[in-house]
Amino acid sequence: MPAVQETVERVKRIDVDQYRYGFETLIDSEKAPKGLSEETVEFISQKKNEPAWMLQWRLEAYRRWLTMTEPTWARVDYPKIDFQDLYYYAAPKPKKTVSSLDEIDPEILKTYEKLGIPLREVAMLEGVEPKVGEEDPARRKIAVDAVFDSVSVATTFKAELKKAGVIFMPISEAIREHPELVQKYLGTVVPTSDNFYATLNSAVFSDGSFVYVPPGVRCPMELSTYFRINERNTGQFERTLIIADKGSYVSYLEGCTAPQRDENQLHAAVVELVALDDAEIKYSTVQNWYPGNSEGKGGIYNFVTKRGDCRGANSKISWTQVETGSAITWKYPSCILRGDNSRGEFYSIAISNGFQQVDSGTKMIHLGKNTSSRIISKGIAAGKSQNTYRGLVTAHRKATGARNFTACDSLLIGDKCGAHTVPYIEAKNSSATFEHEATTSKISEDVLFYCIQRGLSQEEAVGLVVNGFVKDVLQQLPMEFAVEAQKLISISLEGSVG
Amino acid sequence: MPLLEVKDLKVRVEEREILHGLTLTVNEGEVHAIMGPNGSGKSTLSHVIAGKPGYEVTDGQILFRGEDLLEMDPHERAAKGVFLAFQYPVEIPGVTTMNFLRTALNAQRKARGESELMVPDFLKKVREVSKSLNIPQDMLKRGVNVGFSGGEKKRNEVLQMALFEPSLCILDEMDSGLDIDALRIAADGVNALRSPKRAMVVITHYQRLLNYIVPDVVHVMSKGRVVKSGGKELALELEASGYAQFEDAA
Repeated sequence: MPAVQETVERVKRIDVDQYRYGFETLIDSEKAPKGLSEETVEFISQKKNEPAWMLQWRLEAYRRWLTMTEPTWARVDYPKIDFQDLYYYAAPKPKKTVSSLDEIDPEILKTYEKLGIPLREVAMLEGVEPKVGEEDPARRKIAVDAVFDSVSVATTFKAELKKAGVIFMPISEAIREHPELVQKYLGTVVPTSDNFYATLNSAVFSDGSFVYVPPGVRCPMELSTYFRINERNTGQFERTLIIADKGSYVSYLEGCTAPQRDENQLHAAVVELVALDDAEIKYSTVQNWYPGNSEGKGGIYNFVTKRGDCRGANSKISWTQVETGSAITWKYPSCILRGDNSRGEFYSIAISNGFQQVDSGTKMIHLGKNTSSRIISKGIAAGKSQNTYRGLVTAHRKATGARNFTACDSLLIGDKCGAHTVPYIEAKNSSATFEHEATTSKISEDVLFYCIQRGLSQEEAVGLVVNGFVKDVLQQLPMEFAVEAQKLISISLEGSVG
Repeated sequence: MPLLEVKDLKVRVEEREILHGLTLTVNEGEVHAIMGPNGSGKSTLSHVIAGKPGYEVTDGQILFRGEDLLEMDPHERAAKGVFLAFQYPVEIPGVTTMNFLRTALNAQRKARGESELMVPDFLKKVREVSKSLNIPQDMLKRGVNVGFSGGEKKRNEVLQMALFEPSLCILDEMDSGLDIDALRIAADGVNALRSPKRAMVVITHYQRLLNYIVPDVVHVMSKGRVVKSGGKELALELEASGYAQFEDAA
């Protein structure tokens, strides 16, 4: 679309909005009006200065969403969500750059303190450059994109990445600055019609991260996005799109937290990964949304669609997740193994305590020849929680030589929780080899007493045993996150025993 | 002051009384053997001293250097120097023996207000001790007791004993599941730890073990009480005449 016409379109839209809501107040206000309508979608699109094609895309998704119903097949139980009782856009006063620790939300600092990460490491994670002479050359840098509520507030190390040709920016910026890439790939892995929450996300997503790694480039540092839901009654709908062009490699980490609130908050993200020929994407998540209080009040509803497309031959996508938060988790990071010889991996630790409900797993869809996949899932249920692994492994009839190995282990702590394993396996090609192993065990009193007799407190003993149980998966995480995850596991199991 | 004083201890498991008023005094530097038939309450005694859940003390006292042991959490007792070598050491998959040893040692040191042992010092110590016990380094990299033979598991217990330097070691049926060679290695390890500052309580069904770990005092337990105490010759007497005489006495 020519720039002039775009401007005309935009001005038109502003006029319309002004009429309906009173433009001035809305601009000053940090939230969209409550509820969901075409106007809300237009408001978000306009807030983001989006081109017309993007608005059209959103509106189509919105109209589609109106015809859809919430999925009910997951083993989770919650009162009906009133989608008109939510805010779909909330922006904090933008902080363009963060130059010292004082400028970072104290809430984040507190969170990290609780996790026991020293401030210098926080400084690193938050992208605050250490003073000259202070930098530890052994430490790897991590580029961070921080998303608060609906808006990306800071992206670090942009220049350094640019040198390597890597694009790492909020998706709202990418839509404006790299429309050709966004248009080419957005919605090609998770189509706007995919499922209720993904379609909702397509209509109202406000920010998220965009990554493009050009052919043959190995991304020089870990990329990371830190998501935080802050506002009350606000849904967070981030959208992440990562493209690894031919022969490239990128490792991406995401971390999530939310403050404690009595009401439930909705988080419905979509993540799309595209790996072209010989490319590799490693995607790691440490999810620690607020899980609700000890009576099961409050907490995040985490309804997330994550999917990777191994589009090229010999490509590889690896998902690693440590899920400790959220009142409800509904999440199945999946791989479409389209390219011949492509490989998908899913390593998961899902911990539920209190009244948390987890229904999580993966889908490995084998389409190409000699594709292989590996699933290692460790579920830990404590308190009165319910923890379900749900997985699908399929081989298309053309997927000659497809191979999958699945191991699902569940650990129960106490006798009021539940662990469930629901594997679906479909092989339409007779040469496919699928293996499935599953175990369920209870954390044994004898093992705990053994550790305690050696001087560990009850909680330290549980932490040690659980960390041993999940070791295979922890090893898959980048080192910086592994330490954090290990601590998080111990914290999330506090008070889980007697 | 005695190291350990058990006074008129009565213990129940659910509704059943297992120990009916047991009294035992152990001084520093002494090795006591507690012998008795199955079901006489030997293992219960060791579990109650260590603080295993599931036992209800209805009467009596356990003092450790004059302090009330029953008031302490089990991990506090460990930090104070109470060590139980288990009859059946558990397996902890995914936790390497090395990591376990370090975590436990540092937890104990922290509880005593001591600083953590630096990694090089710790490694040096582990290497020395494991060498003397004929424990290959490779074993330390494996999960705690995972895939260990019976003998390796018991040697791992002795390794921990050597490392944590407890003042009271309770060895619960250390000989069970061991052949003679494995028994000798483990017993040698235990003997090397005998010291005037340390006491041991060796619980065993058979006299055999006491050929290797020679006790100063032997107690015979029957039906939840100590029915006879004597020198090491009492064990030999038992070997010849069996436990039946004491079952009547109790």
